[in-house]
Amino acid sequence: MMKRLIRRNRGLWSSAIIADSLDRSSESYGRNSDAMDALLSKLESLTSKVMGGGSPEAVERNKRRNKLMPRDRIYRLMDPAASFLELSQLAGHDEALLSGGLVTGIGPVHGRLCMFVANDPTVKGGTYYPITVKKHLRAQEIAAHCSLPCLYLVDSGGAFLPKQSQVFPDKEHFGRIFYNQAVMSSQGIPQIALVLGSCTAGGAYIPAMADQSVMVKGNGTIFLAGPPLVKAATGEEVSPEDLGGAAVHCKTSGVSDYFAQDELHALSIGRNIVKNLHMSGILNTQHVSADYKEPLYDVHELRAIAPTDFKQSFDIRSVIARLVDGSEFDEFKKLYGTTLVTGFARIHGQPVGIIGNNGVLLNESAVKGAHFIELCAQRHIPLIFLQNITGFMVGSKSEANGIAKSGAKMVMAVSCAKVPKITIVIGGSFGAGNYAMCGRAYSPNFMFFWPNARISVMGGTQAAGVLTQIEKANKKKGGIQWTKEEEEKFSAEIVEAYDREGSAFYSTARLWDDGIIDPADTRKVLAFCLSASTNRMPESTKYGIFRM
Amino acid sequence: PPLTTLKSESQQMEKILIANRGEIACRIMRSAKRLGIKTVAVYSDVDKESLHVKSADEAVYIGPPQARLSYLNSSNIIQAAEKTGAQAIHPGYGFLSESAEFAQLCEDEGLTFIGPPASAIRDMGDKSASKRIMGAAGVPLVPGYHGDEQDIGLMKSEADKIGYPVLIKPTHGGGGKGMRIVQSPRDFVDSFLGAQREAAASFGVNTILLEKYITKPRHIEVQVFGDKHGNVIHLYERDCSVQRRHQKIIEEAPAPNINSDFRSHLGEAAVSAAKAVNYHNAGTVEFIVDTVSGEFYFMEMNTRLQVEHPVTEMIVGQDLVEWQIRIANGEPLQMNQSQVPLIGHAFEARIYAENVPKGFLPATGTLHHYCPVQVSASVRVETGVAQGDSVSMHYDPMIAKLVVHGENRGAALIKLKDCLSKFQVAGLPTNIDFLLKLANHSAFGNGNVETHFIENYKDDLFIDPDNATLAENSSSALIYGSSIVAACIYEKQLARSRLNAPRPLSIWYSRPTFRLNHCARTMIELECEDDGGVCDSACLQLGITCLPDGKYLVEIPEAKSPGLEIQLTHLGNDAYQVEIGGVSRRVTLAVYVKDESEHIHIWHGPDHYHFKQKLGNERSDSDDGGTLHKSNSDETSHPPGTVVAPMAGLVVKVLVKDSARVEEGQPIIVLEAMKMEHVVKAPNSGQIHGLHVTTGRQVFDGTVLFTVKSLKSALRLMIIHRWPSTATIIVSYLYNLFVPCVRLQSIWSVMTREIWKLTLDYNESWAMMAILLVHGLTRISLRWHAIQLRTKIPPTISYTP
Repeated sequence: MMKRLIRRNRGLWSSAIIADSLDRSSESYGRNSDAMDALLSKLESLTSKVMGGGSPEAVERNKRRNKLMPRDRIYRLMDPAASFLELSQLAGHDEALLSGGLVTGIGPVHGRLCMFVANDPTVKGGTYYPITVKKHLRAQEIAAHCSLPCLYLVDSGGAFLPKQSQVFPDKEHFGRIFYNQAVMSSQGIPQIALVLGSCTAGGAYIPAMADQSVMVKGNGTIFLAGPPLVKAATGEEVSPEDLGGAAVHCKTSGVSDYFAQDELHALSIGRNIVKNLHMSGILNTQHVSADYKEPLYDVHELRAIAPTDFKQSFDIRSVIARLVDGSEFDEFKKLYGTTLVTGFARIHGQPVGIIGNNGVLLNESAVKGAHFIELCAQRHIPLIFLQNITGFMVGSKSEANGIAKSGAKMVMAVSCAKVPKITIVIGGSFGAGNYAMCGRAYSPNFMFFWPNARISVMGGTQAAGVLTQIEKANKKKGGIQWTKEEEEKFSAEIVEAYDREGSAFYSTARLWDDGIIDPADTRKVLAFCLSASTNRMPESTKYGIFRM
Repeated sequence: PPLTTLKSESQQMEKILIANRGEIACRIMRSAKRLGIKTVAVYSDVDKESLHVKSADEAVYIGPPQARLSYLNSSNIIQAAEKTGAQAIHPGYGFLSESAEFAQLCEDEGLTFIGPPASAIRDMGDKSASKRIMGAAGVPLVPGYHGDEQDIGLMKSEADKIGYPVLIKPTHGGGGKGMRIVQSPRDFVDSFLGAQREAAASFGVNTILLEKYITKPRHIEVQVFGDKHGNVIHLYERDCSVQRRHQKIIEEAPAPNINSDFRSHLGEAAVSAAKAVNYHNAGTVEFIVDTVSGEFYFMEMNTRLQVEHPVTEMIVGQDLVEWQIRIANGEPLQMNQSQVPLIGHAFEARIYAENVPKGFLPATGTLHHYCPVQVSASVRVETGVAQGDSVSMHYDPMIAKLVVHGENRGAALIKLKDCLSKFQVAGLPTNIDFLLKLANHSAFGNGNVETHFIENYKDDLFIDPDNATLAENSSSALIYGSSIVAACIYEKQLARSRLNAPRPLSIWYSRPTFRLNHCARTMIELECEDDGGVCDSACLQLGITCLPDGKYLVEIPEAKSPGLEIQLTHLGNDAYQVEIGGVSRRVTLAVYVKDESEHIHIWHGPDHYHFKQKLGNERSDSDDGGTLHKSNSDETSHPPGTVVAPMAGLVVKVLVKDSARVEEGQPIIVLEAMKMEHVVKAPNSGQIHGLHVTTGRQVFDGTVLFTVKSLKSALRLMIIHRWPSTATIIVSYLYNLFVPCVRLQSIWSVMTREIWKLTLDYNESWAMMAILLVHGLTRISLRWHAIQLRTKIPPTISYTP
């Protein structure tokens, strides 16, 4: 009797559990995991380089001034021993601008998630390069999106003057930082600045625009123009401390609100400010269940599942099985439009809708995708996109079936859905598939790449093929005959460029994503992102015109 | 006949008042409760929440903290008994237990005094009188002077007659208070006067007796019991030889390494001593055994239940408090001498709040963590405190008595060691680690005990920092212990953070701490607190890495050890399962905040360590513009020559005036705590500064009492305390001598600054003089050098800078 009950129960639950279909002895399993090991060690070496901060001299100088490194500052602000989701860790890594000279990320302070934006004074004096500005703005965008209080740990020489044309004039440039501060403040998202170092020129507006600001005696200075500029302009000789030190701004000018004896004191004041925020603290967690099961399968196997050869198909469900609670996944429209897998699951108890590619997008898959997004948007269920897409199906049959129309439906749904969206690029991200699967342009709350992922408008070989054909035709018009070698060289150059520029490392250096993650960390990162994204009230979605 | 039965039944007590506090009050209440007798506690202001008050059926307030006004206030206590309707008073030990007046007062007020008759207390309380009576009864006595004539000259000549070393002892009281050993005639007068003063303060009577001092003595005492019908028996002896500051810390029964003949001789002597004063109820006859000659002498009789009575209870299987009550009720003894059993062996270790490295000075403080060992039929813990209570300066600093019983001495000793290693007290310094070392000593294991045991084996019992292997062992154990502590602190922080956070954010507090594409790593700074002289008070920097599998990798960069991988499981409260290299162990932590620091104690296996961590993150902020910010660094370091109070206590005498000149070792202040006098001496010769304490003032442990500024030359100060700076001056002087003209100005300014710094903490005018002197010398040598240069004669001085 007991046995029968158990069997019946198992039958009741097992319907949703994804079966283990991974062939651990296959050739691709070994190849993929070898390739992933190489990529992960590259990732590790890049990361460890970034962690050390700028030049050893700069780090030593920083230490001599009794200043902590930016990450240590953040960890001291955060709840002790808590986790930190760092964003765009490798920004600027290929121009030797470690972390873009700015550390950003999300972590809890007194049980409240906050966005941290910390200048790294050991990297080019903490000045703002173009990538620094971009990273700062991205952090603010996420904070605005997720209603996260912003903690600015300021220690910066302001804009990097030689590159002023790429830093100052445009809409998404330096000035936008303060605009964002003002707008977020108006929306009730706290803006808190801790001035732990210099804060010159434009940078002076960060604490000035903040709701509350703290200054450290000695190290912290705020001025629109530093002593050299003042001397040049007015002839006045004045020390930095007398010009814009903590005493001046806390006692006389009122630019700053809290006087800190030293850096640790400043950080503890910062923690206190967050403790006393009394934000409405909306946590949209009504559906979150308290206890959850870990996936049934080893998350480390994702390293072997991650494809290196995009021509080879694999079942996206083997990825989903390693991300969701108890490997339970309730599929929607399982039998229709099978190249797109959609369904409901939970991650750390949080309900999610998952959309994953299982091949090229067909008419039916696109329509199914649009339908599923509508479902989730209506029910305020966050969406997770697992991108591995070569694009929409091409060809006469497809065009005749109105693939463009179907694709547009999915893009419309993705664009308008007012639910948290998180995109993980686990393989290829090519062409219009990127749009439908919530690429960067579709403002997902978070977007991460696996190290093997590639992104470009199309594959290198395809692009080479197209371009070579066009070039060949042009030459022919001009009466020039292309030799086989010339043609191959032309083609190879294009393939090489696509190869280089399509890599996840190239992408992450330019902030086309929020970071590269180890596939084995995906479940955790998703949980962090979801917990940060569900920090605001659900909104209702309004769509544009769906082309029928 | 029925009439007498009726009478004796009507005398049965139903409610007793315990005129005591602490463990003994609790102990008496336990027996009383078992007999169905109601109990009344008395308490002073500081004891309102004490365990003995909570354990009683009723409790009566009797006055302020000072014992004189409360626990020694007989009229208040008698009133309390009358108010609550108690028919009897049990005095415990200490306080009024040996006050004949109090016993008499009880009798007069119609209350039963659970103890001997007032006459016996009086007879035995006066040491000179007691010796007379004992001598008459044929009990052996130590040669000495017991006369009433207390003239100092006569006393001195008596002492000379007995021959040194001589023991000076107050005729009243006990417990070693006021006792002095005089090694030579030269020291006699000072010691005599000190003993008189202490006796007066403690017992109100300052008469003194003299005795031959036995160099290799054992302290063996016999428990006796008499009833009101003239029967007296003994319950064998206890060996209480292991003492510090003349007070017992480990007692055992029966005494080791004595034969049964000796045992019965002792017993018979004790019984005759008791009979000589018509004794009834519990008493102890103390003997001094000369291990050289094998003789034993009567020392004194304690007319009360002793602190160490449980060891006797364990070997005879009886409840002595029950015996006391029955005898006070008039019942005859339940057994005769031949019926008294002797079963196995028992130890008692007294756990005190005391500062072992500071010469066992009494300590005060709060019991932030108190977790005694599990009790059983063979393990008893007698305690009067609970976690969170404090040990105040007003009363005896004993925290608990650990009593163990085994079928023989070896078995009992194993149990004693085991229990001591598991006895956890944190918040104030204790002697537990010291007791453990004592119990582990081979001489103790062999039963080779005598009263100078601790002094004789001090090299083994106190770690000598020069002993390389010991130091190395303790430092590797320290690294091990601190690594576990670091991991536990991290785990605890994580747990605390998780607890304070809203549930949906729990993922942010999961283990291991998440960092993107690298392992979380933190530094923890721990200061090793030197409680028992085991480790040097070093500051340790520990790096903790959260490994992906949830283990912690703890490294100490300075120690250059490979680091430990630690797997931790929190078992609840402060217990952790710790796995290192496949060996799993349970450790307990105690954490509390004291003086702006977090204190962490760890017990793992037989080791116990105490660490301190500065409170960092959540410190209170005072943002008042910087001027009021107190530097909280080196609060504990004082300039050389500063003398701080070694313990909390009362200033009973200030011997010199402020700004007086004193010699090294000269007594300056006499402090009293727990009825013990402690003389604060000048650490060096010089002039006293800042001596502001006055007689009658209360001082705390660490209070700055005065500073002695040395009168010896500034140069000595330079060389001793500031060797590197002195070297700088000498080098720059020589440099000046040989290389004139080169950056002369800067060197001169360096010299001036260094000399100024050096001599300033001595005195300003000296500093000026030193500078002038050195500059003058330099000038002269430069002048000489210039002449040499002009005449092209190379300098004749042959040493080079």
